[in-house]
Parts: sequence; structure tokens; C-alpha cells
Amino acid sequence: MNLRKPTGGAIDRNTLLRFTFNGRALTGHPGDTLASALLANGVHEVGSSVKLGRPRGIVAAGSEDPTSLVQIEAPFPEPMLLATTVELYDGLEARGLAGQGRLASLPDPARYDAKHEHCDVLVVGAGPAGLVAALTAARSGARVVLVDEQNQAGGALLGVEEYLDDRPSAEWVADIVAELRSTPGVLVLERTTAFGMYQDGFVLALQKRTDHLGFAAPASVARQRVWRIRTKQTVLATGAHERPVVFADNDRPGIMLASAARTFLHRYGVLPGSRAVVFTTNDSAYCAAIDLAESGVDVPLIVDARPEAPARLATECAARGIEVRAGHVVTGTEGAGRVTDAHVAPLGDIKGRGVAGHPDTVVCDTVLVSGGWNPVVNLFSQARGKLRYDAVLGSFVQGEELSSVRVAGSATGELDLTSCVRQGREAGEAAAIATGFTPGGQVPLPVSDSRCTQRSGLVLWRVPGAEDASFVDLQRDSTVADVLRATGAGLRSLEHIKRYTTIGTAHDQGKTSGMIAAGIVAEALGVELADQRPTTFRPPYTSVSFAALAGRDRGELHDPVRVTAIHPWHVAHGALFEDVGQWKRPWYYPRPGEDLHAAVLRECRATRESVGLMDGSTLGKIDVQGSDAGKFLDMLYTNMMSTLKVGRIRYGVMCGVDGMVIDDGTVIRVGEERYLVTTTTGNAAKILDWMEEWLQTEWPHLDVHCTSVTEHWATIPLVGPKSRDVLAAVAPGLNVSNEAFEFMTWRDTVVAGIPARVCRISFSGELAYEINVTAWHGLAVWEALMAAGEQYGITPYGTETMHVLRAEKGYPIIGQETDATVTPQDLGMSWAVSKKKPDFIGKRSFARAENNRTDRKQLVGLLPVDPTVLLPEGSQIVETDRLPEPPVRMLGHVTSSYPSAALGRTFALALVRSGHERIGETLYVPVDDSLVPVTVTDSVLYDKEGARRDG
Amino acid sequence: MTSSVQPPGAHLPEHPDFLWENPEPKASYDVVVVGGGGHGLATAYYLAKVHGITNVAVLEKGWLAGGNMARNTTIIRSNYLWDESSGIYEHSLKLWEGLEEDLGYPILFDQRGVLNLAHSLQDVRDSVRRVNANRLNGIDAEWVDPAGVKEICPIVNVSQDVRYPVLGATYQPRAGIAKHDYVAWGYARAAHAMGVDLIQNCEVTGMETSGGRITAVETSRGRIAAGKVALCAAGHSSVLAKMVGLRLPLASHPLQALVSELLEPVHPTVVMSNAVHVYVSQAHKGELVMGAGIDSYNGYGQRGSFHIIEQQMSAALELFPIFARAHLLRTWAGIVDVSPDASPIVGLTPVGGLYLNCGWGTGGFKATPGVGDCFAHTIAHDKPHAFNEPFTLERFTTGALVDEHGAAAVAH
Amino acid sequence: MQLIPCPWCGPREEAEFHYGGQAHVAYPEDPSALTDEEWAQYVFFRENPSGPFAERWSHSAGCRRWFNAVRDTRTHDLLAVYRVGEPMPELGEKDQVAS
Repeated sequence: MNLRKPTGGAIDRNTLLRFTFNGRALTGHPGDTLASALLANGVHEVGSSVKLGRPRGIVAAGSEDPTSLVQIEAPFPEPMLLATTVELYDGLEARGLAGQGRLASLPDPARYDAKHEHCDVLVVGAGPAGLVAALTAARSGARVVLVDEQNQAGGALLGVEEYLDDRPSAEWVADIVAELRSTPGVLVLERTTAFGMYQDGFVLALQKRTDHLGFAAPASVARQRVWRIRTKQTVLATGAHERPVVFADNDRPGIMLASAARTFLHRYGVLPGSRAVVFTTNDSAYCAAIDLAESGVDVPLIVDARPEAPARLATECAARGIEVRAGHVVTGTEGAGRVTDAHVAPLGDIKGRGVAGHPDTVVCDTVLVSGGWNPVVNLFSQARGKLRYDAVLGSFVQGEELSSVRVAGSATGELDLTSCVRQGREAGEAAAIATGFTPGGQVPLPVSDSRCTQRSGLVLWRVPGAEDASFVDLQRDSTVADVLRATGAGLRSLEHIKRYTTIGTAHDQGKTSGMIAAGIVAEALGVELADQRPTTFRPPYTSVSFAALAGRDRGELHDPVRVTAIHPWHVAHGALFEDVGQWKRPWYYPRPGEDLHAAVLRECRATRESVGLMDGSTLGKIDVQGSDAGKFLDMLYTNMMSTLKVGRIRYGVMCGVDGMVIDDGTVIRVGEERYLVTTTTGNAAKILDWMEEWLQTEWPHLDVHCTSVTEHWATIPLVGPKSRDVLAAVAPGLNVSNEAFEFMTWRDTVVAGIPARVCRISFSGELAYEINVTAWHGLAVWEALMAAGEQYGITPYGTETMHVLRAEKGYPIIGQETDATVTPQDLGMSWAVSKKKPDFIGKRSFARAENNRTDRKQLVGLLPVDPTVLLPEGSQIVETDRLPEPPVRMLGHVTSSYPSAALGRTFALALVRSGHERIGETLYVPVDDSLVPVTVTDSVLYDKEGARRDG
Repeated sequence: MTSSVQPPGAHLPEHPDFLWENPEPKASYDVVVVGGGGHGLATAYYLAKVHGITNVAVLEKGWLAGGNMARNTTIIRSNYLWDESSGIYEHSLKLWEGLEEDLGYPILFDQRGVLNLAHSLQDVRDSVRRVNANRLNGIDAEWVDPAGVKEICPIVNVSQDVRYPVLGATYQPRAGIAKHDYVAWGYARAAHAMGVDLIQNCEVTGMETSGGRITAVETSRGRIAAGKVALCAAGHSSVLAKMVGLRLPLASHPLQALVSELLEPVHPTVVMSNAVHVYVSQAHKGELVMGAGIDSYNGYGQRGSFHIIEQQMSAALELFPIFARAHLLRTWAGIVDVSPDASPIVGLTPVGGLYLNCGWGTGGFKATPGVGDCFAHTIAHDKPHAFNEPFTLERFTTGALVDEHGAAAVAH
Repeated sequence: MQLIPCPWCGPREEAEFHYGGQAHVAYPEDPSALTDEEWAQYVFFRENPSGPFAERWSHSAGCRRWFNAVRDTRTHDLLAVYRVGEPMPELGEKDQVAS
């Protein structure tokens, strides 16, 4: 069946597009949507309903359509699009859905992006009101953005064939668009839906840039773009959606909104069927009836629920052989895949108490319905504008003025074109003035030849009849019976009824059904709609793909990758990496055939026996300067920093105000008024923020300035008994002797020809130096150290070996041995907690009851009785060698566990209740199905006397 | 899952024909529960059922279960780290397992398991620690490697060649989801049937005390005398407690969530990731339900900022590349009351007869039956139940926190 | 996403800022003189009003300065911003900050 008219509509009949729907090969034309092409081919039944499996067709012509859900299969699978919003392209493959879509199994190859835009006036909707609002604001010199979800401007004018000022309305539209496009500072975006309206003029809009190109979409162009628009003033010219009237069996394909049929006719040159009954409560459907009749559709009957038909329009209908039955309603339909008959009867009582008389049956293949218009107030409501019920329109409308959001056109409930345009002009002027511009060059109001200007209709939500077949939400299969069950169950709130019936929760979010549901509820409860709170309009206005929202922040760009200056060397030498915060740190450097343990044992052994080095550049480094720097650090650290002598280094611990350890590191005193603080890799930014917070908000009187210098320095710990020899070889100007260069001191010198600061600190217990050079020279110095150490078998090591070496010495790692419940005392670091200082952050919390319990969890070492057994990190510790029934009392957990080359056995660190008192005790660690006996020891297991520190 | 003959929505249960009446408030009740969300309704239910206290009113300022109960992502699990937390959450999970029968209401409780993903070596250590603690506490838990993750949820991207690869996950098979509205309505219906008055559109505007004891609440529908008053007001707890001069260590934050359109089943479990900040399940009808972190600032507006949603989407696509062309259908926000240690405050207050249940942050839904039971016990006996005994207000003074912030488990 | 008017930089996107909770909670002069209860009040207890709230923000991705703001927590509208050390600006009757 071909229902395409030979002429008319904005389609290109000279070009044929081939597409497949439900396996059928069909054709359409450029300018078509999938829906219009299907209708042109006589296809009304698109899919089936989610719950009852009833056939579903096309109800509306735009994004408010509740039923025409399709799955795109090619070019790339995309679920749950409306046939009415899919622009047709050659090769499109789609199928109708039963309420659920299917995700592709392959990754989406398309690109997505986002763009920020700032403007004075944003106009949403390029219908007559929006166009004039935009042009008015643009002529004032304001920066204007005009967005519209359609592929061309015109709005409701696209769906009618009307003349403005005696010429086709399309010409009037084209002139305005042309002027807008040629005005500097104006951006017109088609295929762009404003879907979210947030605080301070922040509006999100989705632009579909290449969807309509199908297979021809260039891979290099982002398929969809999220516009993040920051506007001073917004004009919402979002139009109105026609709503249906609910009646029995109102869900059959072939039953559509009158305005939709008119749009398909005028915009796409498609007839909705061959014989149409029109059912209306207002004037606007008469135009659809007349237009269709003039296009060759047999329109036997207009059923008007109002007691009297509008005289002038009725006369026009009579002239075209259309019978008008006032005071009548459609009470039901027949048909299988498509409507075949409509039942018509007088509406005895317009309040909807019952239908008088026996229905007449009228044969038809199309029923066009109009129950009035719902202004699109979604964005206004998202902007937190209050809504009010308008009893004349039977819908919610703008209920208050907002200072930066104006509503114009049929979005206000106004249906007369000239009035809509006037509102657009006024809104454009007001928006321009509000942003400091002076309107100039007033846009004249056009004169329309539209027949349908009368706005008052009858508010009728439903026709009494078979309630369980009277569908309120066609997509959710929710009926009048469901609504009445909900109110009968005791529910009063629309939100409850929405949830009970699921009305308004489907893909269309109740655009055409929500108002009707509210009306039926109010009738059922005998309350005034004006007293009912409408359910909230939530973003997004129409659905938005996840990928569009993720934009470019995927893969590598999901989160920045930070690498050190020496990173390329690590990569070239086969390092495996560990993510620490955003940093990539070498984890270990396996040689062929080595696993983690083998590599780490080798790296540890080489370091303890000769020399190793690692890339420590990721450690946070904060330069703290000012005459009060010492005083400031005394408050931040648990120990005293102000007494540190220039040239010396001290280890320090920081706590939160709750007394729990938050970070640790070394502090070196660079000068009288200058310290360099190091932090853990992951906490660098947090600690800088922490310092700034205290400085700025509590102690602004202190003369202290902090800045991050983490990335300025490449930091290379050179570790092991041969480290002194290696350093001496590359730093000939430095006296490396123990006497001249003591532990916990630093020297500025030259290393491998590069100015360097060398710190004698050790995180392994070995003789060690930390060499700091500007990051620019980091790789060169690293390579020089490798060369100088070659004769000693110098071995690069990663974080895992670093962890083992420090664990053998009982040094905790913040975040591994601690979890925000651990104090310095728990870590056995009372020595690092000043007794002299009157106060420091966290000190007061140490005096709380919980901190003084003797059974706190404390850091200890654990030695498995069987020295070959490696305890899994994260294992729990129990007291007995048999497990009682759960819940089992746990004493603590294993924080770190390694095989140790130096100890010739496995060992672990653990937090254990009363740990310090338990040294020497045997405890048990459940591992799989067994209990592993372990001996509790001091946390320092290697070189307790510190003999190796000085080489 | 969906049968091939039935349409995808057909298997959902029907609601009962009657839920509850809408009475006028009486002048006086033995117990007034403030807040008609999940916790308030469950508390009233257990007061009536377990303790025989039926002269009870639940006062709700809006519509029943219209706050966080209507806004959460319905994840139910008990795999918390600390003994105190796992105690009350496991108690809750056990009640969930019999709740449908108990309430005589189809709550769609579906034990499809939860995966908590680990993305760093420290995540792995923390996860293993939690699994071991869970097991010793009698909670089902296992550690699964990336291949195991893939087996449980084939759509998770376990490639090691991504920004934050999945290094494994904890898995709690008994965890799952339920239909939040149905849970609330099940409690409401059952409580109503036992004589509890459910009073909607009734906002508490003040409280009366006498001799250090609560005597009545002032409401938008008049004064209501009360023997005892139990606060179950989540994000609004601070405002209510202040009416009797009680300060709470809470901050109310927006928490956003979202759903997609209905999709064929692709996601058989629940996946949570702390490191990339997202949690996802697929609800019974087929929509993907997702949540993320809280918005940073205090807020009572039930509205968050959109960049949080965008970040959540990029995180979701890292884990689930096939979601690229799923569509965001609806977003919303609740108000969560976050305590300093991310654990709740449930128990007595310095005001006689006034009881406090708050601070659940993002974890309140899963606790509904458990805390309802324990809180009812606390109210009935004027003494905490063993499971809520650790969750006192005094712990912030003594320092005996239950710090689930520091614990690896995503605290929601 | 809100615009937050940094008193140093002017209005900037919310994503540039870090939130710092209640303003004007001074570190105690002498914590050791406080009872455990008083100390706990300082460490953990903050106002949490539904309405105007004096709070701290840091322009962490901008000038990195902390400042104070009065924001209505119901609407998220910023009623005032002021620099550290400056007194809270006079607000209208309805915008009084609860304390």
C-alpha cells in the first residue's frame, strides 16, 4: 500500500532510500523519519506492548510519541529509539520492539564529545515563538543560542500548511533563520534537544550530529555532542503536546493524535490511512479533518465531545462531506493489527458518568484523537518554576515568573499563532533588556490564515467504558482500571499511583499520559486538580545515550595518567606497573621466566647485598616557606619540626583532628624559613589541601606559603651497601663518608654533572641516598647511576621490593598498615609523638577513652611457624587453633606479607588487638580451610640494631 | 529471566487491592514514628508485630516512602568490614530472606549477588580482608579473580589494558535487590492491618518535652501527644533533632541516581566499584539502575549537579563498554544523612522517650528490616538491641567509631 | 552545575571548587582544656540546617583560596560570598543563618 501523496511535504521524492523494517525491504525519501516512511508504506503496527503483547503503532509524530519504539540493528545496534525521531537513511535496518531494547555486544566505534557555550539568551524551540524571540534578542546585539530538536526550524508550522502574511509559512521561517545565521554572535543548532535545566542558567543540550547520515557518517566526527550552555536568560518556546482522550481499546495501531496525522500529511506527504474518524474535544482537530479530507482521505465523521460543534468549522466540514456529531464520543474500537471500526455514542453526561444510547459502529482504518494540549513545561519545572493547573486547558502551566527563565508561545498554553509570536517577541525583548541590551528593529507579527484559533475545549480525560481496556499509558499497558485499583487501594498521592500503575515511567516519561492520569485520579478521588501536586519533571527531557554523557572521558582520558620523567626507561626495561592514585609506578622488573615473587626476591637480595635503585619521583613534595613555617609544621606533625637544624632531615607523622594517622614522610630543613615536606604518593594533593585549609582558615596570621613541587623533582633512592660507592663515582664533589655526610642530613651537590640535592635517608634500613634533580634531568641521572653501578650489579626495583624492604624493618605504609582507625601509638611510633608541644592537630583526641584502651589494635610482626607458609594479605587473625561457630572473634588482620630473602623465610605485619602485649604468643590465621599458627613478634624483623644504616 | 513466550513485563506481580487507609490523626499515641519511609514503616511494623505495640502513628510530611525509599538503587548486601556493621546488616539480610512471606507482599527480593570490584593492589588487600572478616562472621563472601568476575557478570570489561583494570572482586552471592516501593507498601499494609495509623501530609513542626521527657509533637495537622517518639527521618534528622536542642553529627547531602530505558537482560548481578565510582544493576523490568557518589555539599534540594552524572557515565562505560548506546531516561536525587564514620546512629537520646535512627548515609535501604526490628526493640524496651548497641551517639565522644569510610567496602 | 562567585576570581563552575562544610567553627584556643564532649563537638558535630548555611569553599582548581559563603541548602542558591576574616554580610530577614 502506498500512502505517499504525489506532491507536498519536505521530502525529496527524486531520491530513494532503501531500508529494512522487521525484515521487510521498504523505501522512503530524504526528509522522512522512519515513522513517516513506515506510514507511507502502510505500516502502522510497529511493535507490541510490554506487558500484554498488544500491537502498538504510531501515536504522535515527534519525541512525545508513546509507542513507536524500535531497535536499530544497522549501521550499529541501538535500543529504544522512537521511529518518529529516527531520520531515515539508506541501509537503515530496524525492528519494532516489545518494550525492551537490546544492547550491542560490540563496543561502540563512534566518538562523542561535549562543548561549552556561553550566551546572553538561550532560546529553546525554533517554532514561531522561539524564532521571533531569538531574532528579537539577536537584533539587540545579545549573544543568542537557538536550539531545536528537529532537523529544521519551524516547530508546529512544519506540521501544518498555513500561510503567514500571504506566503507559505516555510518562507517566513526561512527568512528568520537566514537572518539569525548571518547575525554575528548567534548560534543556531538543529537536531539539538535541551534536555536538562540546572542552576544558574546551566542548560544541557544533546546534538545529534551524524545519526541522520547512517552509514555515511564520518568516523572522525563526533556522532553526538553534549552542549553545556551557560546562559543569562532563557526563553522556553518548547511548544505544546496534543493529548488524547482515553477510551476503550484506544491502543490499536491506526489510532493517532490528530496533530500527528496533520504533521505526517504536511511535512512528509503521507496519508495516515484511507478512512479516518476524528474524535475531538476542541477545535484543532477540525483542521486535521479538513486537511486530510482535502488530501483524499475519506473522513466520514468528526465526533466532538462538546455539546455544540463550532459553527464555522462545522460548516466548512459539511461543505466537504464530513459529518459532525456534537455531544458524542468514541466509546471503543475494533481491529486486530489495526483499527477497523470505531464505536460512537452520545456522551450523556459530559462529566463522564456514563454513555447514553447504543453505540454506532463506523468503519475506518484510522481514528484521530484530540483531547486538548499540554504545554511543554518540563524545562520550566526543572528550573524549579512552580506550576499551576489551568482548568480551561486541562493542564499544568507556568505558575510563577522566574527572573531568568521566560516562557513563550504554546508552552504557555496559548494556541493562537499571532499571540504566540507576540509572546516570543516580548520574551526576546525582556531577555535582551535583562542582559543589558536594547531591543531594536521590532519583528512584525505575522497574520496567519489558520482556521483553528479558538482555544477553549472541553476537558475530558476519558470516555466511560471498559476500564481494563482503556489505556492511559500505552507503553506501560496501564489502564483506567489500574488507576481505579490504585485509588481503591487507598492511594492518594499521584506519586503513589504512578508507582502502583507505572504510568509515566516508560520511555516517554508520560509526556502524553501524565496529565490524563492526574485528571482521572482527581475525578476518582473527587478532588480538585488544582490542589494536586503534579509529579516532578526530571531530567532528561528526552533520553540521552550513556556514551554521549561520557563524552571523551573514556579509556586513557577517563582519568589523567601521571608518569615520571624516568617512565620511558621503566617501560623499555620491562617493568610492570602499579596504579597509585593517578600515577603509574614500576611494580617490579621481571626478567624472562620470573614471576612476581622471583623478581622481588632477586631485587631485594641485590639491594640488600649490593645496590639497587628505584624511581621515587611520585612522592609528594611540598615547599613550605615563611617565617612561621616551623611553627606551622609543629602544629601539623605529631613531632617537633621547628627545632630541626638547617641541613638536617626528620621523619614525621601527621594525624587528623580525630588523632588517626593520615600521612607520613620526611621533612628537610632547607633554610631558616624554608622546609621541604614529602608526602606519600597518593596523598600529595590532599596534604597540600590540608595545609592550605589550616593556613587560610585557621591561622591566616602565620607567615607561611606552601606550594607543590612534586613534579619539579625526579627522586631516585639509591639503596644498599654499595650505594656509597656508586654515588661517589657520579658525585666526585661530594664527600660521601659517614662522618662528612651523616644519616638524616642532606647536601646540595652535583651528580652526573647535574645540580642535585642528596638526602641521606633510608626506607629499607640499608645505607641509602635519595638523589633529587630537576625532573628534566631525571632520566639522565638515572642512566648515569645505572652505568656507575654496573660493576656492582645495580638493580632497579619497584614498589613491591620497596614494600618488602621496609616491612622487614617494620616501617608502616600509610593506607596499607593504616585504615583511618590507627594512631601513631598503635603503630609503635610513640617516639614520634611530641610530649613537649602544648598542642598539635590530633593531640587532644589521644586522650579520649577509646584511645586509652589497652586492647587497641597494634602493629606487630607475624612469623608463620612454618617458615615457608605465606599468609595472604588481608587474612584475619584468631586466638584459638579451632574455629568456633560464627561470629568468630577476630583479633586483627594481616596488613603486609612477603617471602623475605634477607630473613630466609616468610613474614608478615599485622594489626593485632593488644598486639604489643602478645609478642611471643602463638595466634592463628585462617587460610582456606586450615588455621596457620603464627608467632607474634616485634614489627622490626631485620637488623634490629640498625647496623646497616651507615654502610 | 524473561520467558520467551511472555512479554517482558508480564511476570511482574500484581499489587493487592487494598493497601492502607488514610485516617485523621488521633490526639495521642503510645508511639509516634516521625518519618514514613522504609525505616519508619518497618519500625512501626515490628513494634506492632513483635512487641504488640499497636497504638502507633507514622507521621509522614509528604507521601509514604517518598523520600530516599523511593530514590535508592535497592542494593541489599551485608558484606561490611567491621563486626558491628556486619552484625546489623547480616541481621537485616536474614530478615530480607523471609520478608516476602512475612509481609505477604511480593517484594521482588532477588538474591542475584553483588560484586565489589577491586582496581588497585590496595583494593585487593582491603577486599580480601573484608572477605575473610565476613566469613568469620558467618557471612557468605568470596574473592574472585578477573576471570571469575567475567564468569559471574560477562559484560564487565576485565581487560587489563584499561585505565583502572579490574584486579578481582569480592562476591556475596546472597546479596541482591528488591523492589523498593513494594517493600515500603508491604510494611505499610501490614502495619496498617495491625492497627498502626499511617498519616501522610503531616509535617512535624515542633516537639514538646516535660521534665526531660518527650510528651508530644506539633504537626501541620495539629498537636499529637506521644508516649514515645522515634525519629526515622534520614536527611531531615538534624532539623528534627534540633527541635529538642539535640545536635547531631550529620551532614545531609544530595545523592543522585538514574535509570536507563528497558533493556533485554544483560546484567545478572549487582556490580559496585568504589575506585571508579559507580554501581549498577538491572532491575526486574529491564532498566539499568545506577548510582554514584554523593554531591560534595550539604543540600536539602533533592537535586544534584549534572557533572556527577557525567562522571558516573564515563565510569560506567569503562566497566561496561556495551552500555554505550543505552539511554539515560530519568535522573533524580535523594537526601542522605552522612555521619563522620559512615555508620548509623541508632538508639536512645538524652531526651527521655525520644529515639534516634539516622546517619545511614547511602546504606539505609538494605538495613530496612534489620533496623526496623532493632529500633522497635530499642523503643519497646528503652534499651538498645545488641545489633544497634555499638551505634550510639556517644561514640563520637569516646572515639569508638565504626569507621566504614576507611574500610574498603563502598559505603553504600 | 552551579556558578560559584569566588570572591577573588568571580563566578566559576562548581566543579572548580572543593567544599569545606560549616564556616566559623574555630579551632579551640586550648584543646587540652576541653572535656571529651566539648572536643567531640568540635571534631564531629556541625550545623546541618535546611535553609541558609554559612559554609566554606575552596577554589581548588582556581586561585586555591578558601572563602566563606551563605547558601540556602534547600535551593542551593548562594546568598553571599565573603573572604576569610570578613564578617558575614547582612542578609535579609528570611535568609538569616540558623545557629
